[in-house]
Amino acid sequence: MAITMTPAAEQHVIKHLEHRAKGLGIRLGVRTTGCSGLSYVLEFVDDAASEDEVFQCGDVKLIIDPKSLLYLDGTELDYVKEGLNEGFEFKNPNVKDECGCGESFHV
Amino acid sequence: MALLQISEPGQSPQPHQRRHAVGIDLGTTNSLVATVRSGMAEVLADEQGRDLLPSVVHYVAEGVSCVGYEAAEHNVADPLNTLASVKRLMGRGVADIKTFGSQLPYEFADDKGGMPKIKTAAGLVSPIQVSTEILRKLAGRAEIAFDSELDGAVITVPAYFDEAQRQATKDAATLAGIKVLRLLNEPTAAAIAYGLDEAQKDGGAKETKGQDRTVAIYDLGGGTFDISILRLSKGVFEVLATGGDSALGGDDFDHAIADWLRQQIGMDDDLNPIEQRILLETAKSAKEELTDSAEVALEVLDWQGILTRELMHSLIDGLIAKTMRACKKSLRDAGVAQDQIDDVILVGGSTRTPRVGEKVAELFGTQPLCSLDPDQVVAMGAALQAEVLVGNKSGDDMLLLDVIPLSLGIETMGGLIEKIIHRNTTIPVAKAQEFTTFKDGQTAMAIHVLQGERELASDCRSLARFELRGIPPMVAGAAKIRVSYQVDADGLLSVTARELTSNVESRIEVKPSYGLGEEEITNMLQDSFSHARDDMQARALREQQVEADRMIEDLLAAIYKDGEALLDAEERQCLKVAIQELRELRESTTEHRLLARQIESVAKASEEFAARRMDASIKTALAGQTLDEIEKG
Repeated sequence: MAITMTPAAEQHVIKHLEHRAKGLGIRLGVRTTGCSGLSYVLEFVDDAASEDEVFQCGDVKLIIDPKSLLYLDGTELDYVKEGLNEGFEFKNPNVKDECGCGESFHV
Repeated sequence: MALLQISEPGQSPQPHQRRHAVGIDLGTTNSLVATVRSGMAEVLADEQGRDLLPSVVHYVAEGVSCVGYEAAEHNVADPLNTLASVKRLMGRGVADIKTFGSQLPYEFADDKGGMPKIKTAAGLVSPIQVSTEILRKLAGRAEIAFDSELDGAVITVPAYFDEAQRQATKDAATLAGIKVLRLLNEPTAAAIAYGLDEAQKDGGAKETKGQDRTVAIYDLGGGTFDISILRLSKGVFEVLATGGDSALGGDDFDHAIADWLRQQIGMDDDLNPIEQRILLETAKSAKEELTDSAEVALEVLDWQGILTRELMHSLIDGLIAKTMRACKKSLRDAGVAQDQIDDVILVGGSTRTPRVGEKVAELFGTQPLCSLDPDQVVAMGAALQAEVLVGNKSGDDMLLLDVIPLSLGIETMGGLIEKIIHRNTTIPVAKAQEFTTFKDGQTAMAIHVLQGERELASDCRSLARFELRGIPPMVAGAAKIRVSYQVDADGLLSVTARELTSNVESRIEVKPSYGLGEEEITNMLQDSFSHARDDMQARALREQQVEADRMIEDLLAAIYKDGEALLDAEERQCLKVAIQELRELRESTTEHRLLARQIESVAKASEEFAARRMDASIKTALAGQTLDEIEKG
């Protein structure tokens, strides 16, 4: 089981963590909600839980709870620019189907 | 898929629940729009990567021709129809314009509402309409960046803006279809951008925790200078004093250097516009280069020479000294000593000149904050505030309050002012006071709403007048008339007067004497309705174009992959012709229905091909499998 991220994503996470001046790393997760079943969670982490799995990607810790990991295994976190819009993208090989806007998905 | 931002722990938004808010710095010379991404305020650039939008709108006979950089290019050729610096006119009356309008090259018309309008090729245009165009452009930029509609905006205004000017700004935003979350004072926004409100609450350093902080904001733009002294206590920003010079800015530095160049070259005072422009541009780039180097070699109009940093200082020190005098005056007004200032913030592109920072540090005895881009800092602070107000950041992390800058009062007998809400009261606020009749049998009362600190009504600014009628006739002093002043979170005032025995009531929204009239607002809204159809059609066309592009791309890919195998030459040719026709129509037509029909006919033409592809892929999938295996699978 593994989660990775691209250099672009790593660079942006480091920038945001530095700006925030606190935090262990970032949390990736999924939760059941939305118009098509599941949606992603992307948050700063101040306190990791004991059951969390931690993946060291370069200088950044990616923190995931074991349940989410089932849905996210093999995911690569990327940072992309689309025209004027920019942000993080989960490249998740487990996704079978997503809602029109891509904010929620099925596995 | 949708692009995500990092949230605070436990605050990931539900899908489709993230609300998009921006901060807008609607400036005299340039405007900006910023938003918060992953907890950081960022300015949104346009497609060319430019952060600023010149606050310029160009008009032609048909209406608005362009906004921003494009509009600014018309400045030389078509100055009367190229409107810039309208912020100076916002919420002003015709009388005000007479005093300083001569600095602006436009032709003014006296409208019946008392609000000045500018004569352009497109007819009479109010400063509010010009601001609307600028705001619309910025909101459009944000909507493209979010790929979503805007849920609201915080728009900044100078701390010295009065009710009329704030109302004018808010009207402009409403006409642009922007929901105004709040108007925010520019110096307050700068302080938020540096997190001073947080520092005061959390106490970055222990000894300052919970203590009041006094902050000076030194804002030197291209053409204006503002100094504001704020006091920050318990998350509330109080404006202690404001001052400045509306006709002094970094452009004057350029003029001073250009003038020196002219003397060096030995030219007369009467330069032609081209020479003047060359000198100014040389001066400007020399000033910018001297930010990093000690001297710069110049070559202009057959003249060569060297400008050292010291020499430049001697040219601009006089101008900087003028700003220092304004700072000292504001400190005196605020009743604060120089060494009581805890933080100084530099705002405005012209504070990049290192000499300015040096002098400011000298005056206040503290190193000014300048780590954020001085052009962007106000928009960034507004974005941070918008993020809270729109509800993306939960809790009362940053419940920021503003205060009213000037007392609000009512004219009483003898032309005096009775203050109802005192200056520096935090908003929103509502206060009431009782008055009575002056004469026996008096049935009406004129209510004159005033703003200002002076004692005589004639020295204060008149905001509105209205009458309370239908007071039952009584002896003088028997009627009880309760006048309530209410200021909402944007600093906008409504006044109600009620006679308590009979309950007759009269009220007014301020509606400053030169704000937009009801009728004018209705007309403008009507305009936006009458254009609704055009807007809808433009949208429908755009949708069909996207659909056409998708279909062309899909079909070409399918033909490339399976065309040889599944289609004969004639069928292939037929489809290619259909695609070509669709492509041509997509480029040429403005009629979305036509395009929709063509898309449908291409879809029909390719139905057979699609069916064959489906069959072929099922065959491949099923090849070599028994019925049992398929049923199990």
